[in-house]
Amino acid sequence: MTSLNVWDIHGGIHPPERKALSNRTPVRQVPLPARLVLPLAQHLGAPAEPCVTPGEQVLKGQVIAEASGFVSAPLHAPTSGTVSFIGPQPYPHISGIPAPAIVIESDGLDQWIELQPRTDYRELPPSELLEIIRQAGVSGLGGAGFPTAVKLTAPPTQAIHTLIINGTECEPYITADDLLMREKAAELVAGIEILEHLIKPQQVLIGIEDNKPEAIAAVRAAVGERPYVVKVFPTKYPSGGEKQLIQILTGEEVPSGGLPADIGMLCQNVGTCVAIHDAVLLGRPLISRITTLTGEALAEPMNVEALIGTPVAELLAFAGLDSSKLNRLIMGGPMMGFTLPSLDVPLIKTTNCLLASTRAELPPPPPALPCIRCGECAEVCPASLLPQQLHFFALGQEHEQLKAYNLFDCIECGACAYVCPSSIPLVQYYRAAKGEIRALEQKQQKAEHSRQRFEIRQERLRRAEEQKEADRQARAERAARAKEAQAQAGTTPSQDDPVARVQAQKVGLSDEQKKLKIEASMAQVALKKAEKQLSAHATPELEAQVAELRIAASNAQKALDEANAAAPPVEATAAPANDEAAKKAKIEAAMLRAQVRKLEKLETRDTEQQAELTRLQAQLASAEQALANAQQSAPPAKKPVADEALKKAKIELAMKRAELKKAEKAGADEAELNKLRDGLVSAEQALHTAEENSAKPAPELVRTEKRPIDEQARALKTEVAFARADLRKLERATDSDTAAIEAARQRLSDAEHQLQKHTDS
Amino acid sequence: MSMVAIAVLALLALCLICGAILGFAAVRFRVEGDPIAEQINALLPQTQCGQCGYPGCKPYAEAIAGGDKINKCPPGGESTIQALADLLDVEPEPLDAVEGEVPPRVAYIREAECIGCTKCIQACPVDAIVGAAKQMHTVIVSECTGCDLCVEPCPVDCIDMIELGSNLQSWKWDQPLAPGQLIASDREQAA
Repeated sequence: MTSLNVWDIHGGIHPPERKALSNRTPVRQVPLPARLVLPLAQHLGAPAEPCVTPGEQVLKGQVIAEASGFVSAPLHAPTSGTVSFIGPQPYPHISGIPAPAIVIESDGLDQWIELQPRTDYRELPPSELLEIIRQAGVSGLGGAGFPTAVKLTAPPTQAIHTLIINGTECEPYITADDLLMREKAAELVAGIEILEHLIKPQQVLIGIEDNKPEAIAAVRAAVGERPYVVKVFPTKYPSGGEKQLIQILTGEEVPSGGLPADIGMLCQNVGTCVAIHDAVLLGRPLISRITTLTGEALAEPMNVEALIGTPVAELLAFAGLDSSKLNRLIMGGPMMGFTLPSLDVPLIKTTNCLLASTRAELPPPPPALPCIRCGECAEVCPASLLPQQLHFFALGQEHEQLKAYNLFDCIECGACAYVCPSSIPLVQYYRAAKGEIRALEQKQQKAEHSRQRFEIRQERLRRAEEQKEADRQARAERAARAKEAQAQAGTTPSQDDPVARVQAQKVGLSDEQKKLKIEASMAQVALKKAEKQLSAHATPELEAQVAELRIAASNAQKALDEANAAAPPVEATAAPANDEAAKKAKIEAAMLRAQVRKLEKLETRDTEQQAELTRLQAQLASAEQALANAQQSAPPAKKPVADEALKKAKIELAMKRAELKKAEKAGADEAELNKLRDGLVSAEQALHTAEENSAKPAPELVRTEKRPIDEQARALKTEVAFARADLRKLERATDSDTAAIEAARQRLSDAEHQLQKHTDS
Repeated sequence: MSMVAIAVLALLALCLICGAILGFAAVRFRVEGDPIAEQINALLPQTQCGQCGYPGCKPYAEAIAGGDKINKCPPGGESTIQALADLLDVEPEPLDAVEGEVPPRVAYIREAECIGCTKCIQACPVDAIVGAAKQMHTVIVSECTGCDLCVEPCPVDCIDMIELGSNLQSWKWDQPLAPGQLIASDREQAA
């Protein structure tokens, strides 16, 4: 058993208690109000979130607003009725600013929702028990209104070894806890048992001031044999402050800026303990509380158990308010309470007292005089601060100094202002300074937040811009590379003449060419993709793949070029030529040919025209000869060029042959036919020279199997290929005899000869 | 003569050694950026409103570090000027602004009138406006700095600047009259 020793705190005052006004009658029930106003913010932390809609019927104890965060508490309907309004309503705050609230019109039935009492709470896991307390909307009833479940779950830096139950009620006038302890001592002890089960402290201390003998007796009787220590200590204001009470009961001080949990203590108000009892053992949420109605403006000061949300005016009327006498209506006590701006505000969870004072009872403070530096305030400060210094710093708005002098350890008890001979409203200075500092800090935080957002945005914009620029460059580079690749791969004779090349590409692309072109570009795309991949993640497989693709792409491109070169040009102008002379000759030939055709088309020709035609045909023949010569003299370095010439010569020959046949059919005279025959012969010669130039077809041409060649030629070619393969095989094999090799060589040359013969025919 | 030479040489050697140390320190302990500009930037309200004539708070901070006046920030108001004056050890000047100090405001988009042009989104320096092309836009109040840069580009003038006013969270106690101000108190009592 812990000793009954108590310690003293620094300072403190002994104002007139005036508790006798209200503590002589038992707690009374207030008649059910017609209209209840339930502000969403009745606790510290995030306001609750409404979960009902106007017009909805609610039952007593039904959840009407849910907790909207960890530090938050739900709200319950205090009686059955209809939700009539959700929105701003008068709120008990010194500023008189309305706050969002749920308004319930009572239906007078006071019908409970189905309750779920948990008498077996000892079997429940702690988390479930905490959830019951949280869902019951229990928040500290002593004054600050901190959600109890949060206080109980807060991860302790140190295990809680001491549970302190606060039954001090040190402020003058207030007797709500006194009456609660007298009348609900059994429930109080049951609530303490729940807390003890939940946090398992080593000791439980119940602190009660010695001015409440009835309450002390009742609690002692209820505690009975339980190991709870009821500590009684001399009355002094403000020993009911959490930190002060801890010091009185244990002699330990909560460090500056710290919490009781830092030294392993937890403090709960007696009213909160009863609310926990109701929540767990009865299943009833927090919907009512005991409140002191006192002051000399009331005919019948008393304590009442009132529903949360009951309008203050109704409560005061119940206690017999004489409005002519009323000077100041204070919510809370005379030391720490605040003046209510109107009577319309509702009772909330933290309202422990309504003090309707007359002017004589609480006279307005005399005008403040300059500080005389008497030091009284420092002597009474329970937090051992220097109120006088703080006052001067607050006057000068010296925030750094205020913080250095621990302004935020001030509990705003008002003891300093109470003793001040100059009647300086010291607490108001501190409150204003605290508000100012908090506002500045908030502003600073917001500025920092905005700065970060601004900088992140700038960064994002910059990145987007860079990305755009990079994309643009990549596009330009790609285009340049493609051009270069085309220029390099383009083996067409007109590679120096982009216009001609474009024309050549545009004009008369055969299906095969198109297909090859598509294939080439697809190969090119695949290669690009693979290259990109490779640049992103360089792996050997990718590298090999890229190399493969590159070869494939170049092959495809080559095939395409070949096909382009080999394709029969639809127009003579489309036929590419890299030799100036050849070009010239070609143009001349084309012009002549066009003229010849024009003349030939005429059905009836007079002699003049006939002569002209003959002359032109002769000129055409010579021009074509010249052209063939020119092409022959063109450097045969590039096979496709020669190939092209060969093709052209072949076509030329075919055309000549057709012309001759046509003339024969038309029954032209012998001279004309002879001329045509001459032309045919010269075309044949041109073809031969062309063939000589392109002695062997390029291997790629062999590979592009779909090239139109006749059956026999194909068979011959296949034979040649087979023969060549056989020969190579034999040559490679070291042990093969020379006779076999000779035979194979013979076979190859035969096949080649046959093929040559076939091509010539 | 030799005494003078020794003295001169000694001083010269001392100078060289000190110079070497200073030079080394200047390289070794080089401070990146402009610390004064950073400190000034920390005091500015970061609304990024551009009312100072610079494109954001940081450029203005750099300009102040470069010798510009400290009274060009209307959102910061007198308190910012005071803080800057303390930091830079100069005389505080009255705020240089057309409207003077304005109470904190936030932008509000009349959503029914919004045509979804995204111009305000592009203008907002802190990304406090959400929306997409041809979709209604709205302001995230907690992120808005009240710079009013979004008001100008709106083609249908559907953005208002609304004063935040006082709410329960932002309300704070007034500082009482300083003791000894009897006349004001007397007037209060007589009333």
